Amino acid sequence: MTHPNVRGSIRQRLLVMLLLSAAGIAILLYAVVQSVAKQVVQESQDNILAASALSILDSARVIQGEISIDLPYSSLSMLDSVIDERAFYSVRLNDEFLSGYEDLPRIANLSDVTEFQSASYLGEGIRVASTRRSFTTVDGQVYLEISVAQTLTGLNKSITRISQISLAIGFGFFVLSVLAAVVIARSTTKPLHLLTRSVSRRGPSDLRPVAAPVPTEMAPLVVSLNNLMKRLQNSLSRSEDFIAEAAHRLRTPMAIVRTQAEVTLMRIEKEENRQAIREMIRAIDETSRTAGQLLDHAMVSFRTDSLMKETIKLDELIVDAVHRVSPISELRDVEIELQTLDKVVLAGDPILIQNAVQNVLDNAIKYTDADTTITVSLVRGTEFAEISICDRGSGFEKNEIIHLLKRFERGKNASGVVGSGLGLTIVDEIMRAHDGTVSLQNNKGHGACVILSFPL
Amino acid sequence: MRYLILSIVIFAFATSAKAFEIEDRAVFGEMKDGPVLRIISTADINYFTPMIDAFRRFRSDVVIEYTVASSTEIMRAVYDEKQPFDIAISSAMDLQTKLANDGLARKHSSSLTQNLPDWAVWNDMVYAFTQEPAGFVISNKILEGLQTPQNRQQLINTLRQNPEIFRDRVGTYDIRKSGAGYLFATQDARVSDTYWRLTEVMGTLRPKLYCCASEMIQDVIDGNLAIAYNVLASYAEKSPHSDKFTIILPSDFSIVMLRTLLIPVSSENPQLAAEFLDFVLSETYPSGVSPLLKTRSLEDATENTLYRIALGPGLLVYLDNFKKKNFISEWESAILQD
Repeated sequence: MTHPNVRGSIRQRLLVMLLLSAAGIAILLYAVVQSVAKQVVQESQDNILAASALSILDSARVIQGEISIDLPYSSLSMLDSVIDERAFYSVRLNDEFLSGYEDLPRIANLSDVTEFQSASYLGEGIRVASTRRSFTTVDGQVYLEISVAQTLTGLNKSITRISQISLAIGFGFFVLSVLAAVVIARSTTKPLHLLTRSVSRRGPSDLRPVAAPVPTEMAPLVVSLNNLMKRLQNSLSRSEDFIAEAAHRLRTPMAIVRTQAEVTLMRIEKEENRQAIREMIRAIDETSRTAGQLLDHAMVSFRTDSLMKETIKLDELIVDAVHRVSPISELRDVEIELQTLDKVVLAGDPILIQNAVQNVLDNAIKYTDADTTITVSLVRGTEFAEISICDRGSGFEKNEIIHLLKRFERGKNASGVVGSGLGLTIVDEIMRAHDGTVSLQNNKGHGACVILSFPL
Repeated sequence: MRYLILSIVIFAFATSAKAFEIEDRAVFGEMKDGPVLRIISTADINYFTPMIDAFRRFRSDVVIEYTVASSTEIMRAVYDEKQPFDIAISSAMDLQTKLANDGLARKHSSSLTQNLPDWAVWNDMVYAFTQEPAGFVISNKILEGLQTPQNRQQLINTLRQNPEIFRDRVGTYDIRKSGAGYLFATQDARVSDTYWRLTEVMGTLRPKLYCCASEMIQDVIDGNLAIAYNVLASYAEKSPHSDKFTIILPSDFSIVMLRTLLIPVSSENPQLAAEFLDFVLSETYPSGVSPLLKTRSLEDATENTLYRIALGPGLLVYLDNFKKKNFISEWESAILQD
């Protein structure tokens, strides 16, 4: 299996982007909450200062043509009602200082609207509100100007608290976003994982299109995948057709060639020529056998793709198969001994199973030593019915056993024996089609066993 | 005596370069190399000696120079002249507040000051260490047979019904001369307008006006006064002749003055000053009553009739020129009816 060229991860990228944007939004949230709250706090301080200044202004009266001010107690006490706060004020008539703190910073060009400014006074930051009103006195039109100021202890306390709260809000938002991001990233890539799992769970010859529902974004991928599989299936079946056709066309000429070769063999007297012809016949045999098995394989592929199940009496099928191979076994002086033969009935394709049993028997006859006995048995267990076919040959090499079921693989000891390497592959495919298994094992003494196991 | 008291009269100091006037001065401990804590205070030396002794029991190396001056002179010393006093103690809450408000007091906070009640501290600068209610001081002899007035309304009625007893025998502060009298009057007026009615009633009886509580108490003892209004109970209790009069804390409301201390920014030894301040507070709280300045009448009073003067910029209102002029002229028109 080749490793894909991996660069990056959708989940990671998604996660990183979500986290970055969450962090960005959290910081923005912090900044916005803080600035809005600061403004609100500043406004509320300004409101109190304005109320204080206006209450002093309201206490002003013209008595006998002169301005008189009766500073209300609350005008200054309201400034530190919640938090101890230093307070300052100044009263001016036009530019003449009347009362309070003379050097309190003034706001230049005061209009009739209350105005505010931040300043520094007596070594501390203060906020000043100034307001004025016109009066008519004996001196004519005059402006009474009131400034009220307050230190920023409470304001700074509020701002610190708000900073902490907004920091907590921002952080809390971020933590929630992290949790959400992890969940989102996981659920986004979930369909991909599901698709991957369903595709990799498939059997080797399962090229059906993906039918499970997928999200819109993945539809093109699935369409491409399905197309690819369809093309693959087409080209696969085309090549199998082609092989079957080729094998079929080879068989007849081969038979003719073989007959002619045998006729020629009878005519030839010279020993070295006869030997050459025998070699030729042997090569022809091998070729026709391969062609036959390729045809078999094509047939098996076709039948397993559209499996027609009938009721089969397995024991009878085995007897029949043994009977069919008896000409070949007799030719090699090999005896086939039927041992235990339980009665087993199961559903399957009789032609395919016949083919499988025959293939195994063929192999056994081929690889067993001359003048030996092949034992065949059918045992009915509780969950499986097992057909064992054991020979007396040289057995399998241990490390080959897994590979032998692949196409065109032959055992190391197969040299000198006619074969294509397709036999066991065909058997394996047939068994899979019937939910059964093939297992290969070496006998304790001598030879090997092939066991076909069918579920009951 | 382990310490040396130097009492020097004002005249001795009149020659010194200091422009503010002092009334008395004492030094506790011998002037050597040890640290010196300079206190300026409105309280008499005798009044404060026990506290100083107690402090010096822990810090015998500290020399304490105790200067007595009036509240306005303290204001001049600290506010205008920036004299290097380490502690300023005064009963003039408004002036103490002004010192702090105008940035002439040092902020101090410690584990001790964190737990003080809200009314006892302003802005970590001004700390209250006594609660001294003002009340009526009534001559037992003159008012014999009359029902003792328990609140301002009853006092008004008593005065109205017995003008022959009270004419020329009602005393109160001259708020033009006494800072404490002005503070009590303004707070009285702030809480209830009964104050103005009472002042008017007193005005019809040709009241005697005093600069100081001690003279008023003395006149009650001597039988010259039937009643003195707005006298600090703590002062009256200390009189050796307290059997001659009765102190009544009015049941409608009693103005409570807080004696306060602060550390001026001009202090040359703020560390020591802070230590002294914490010591005084630790002696005072949580019982709320300084062992030196116990007030019997306060213990009898119920909490909800006590009206503690609030430290804070509200007090500055009454220092305003206009306000003061208006208030005093209103007061004059009520009390001077001749």
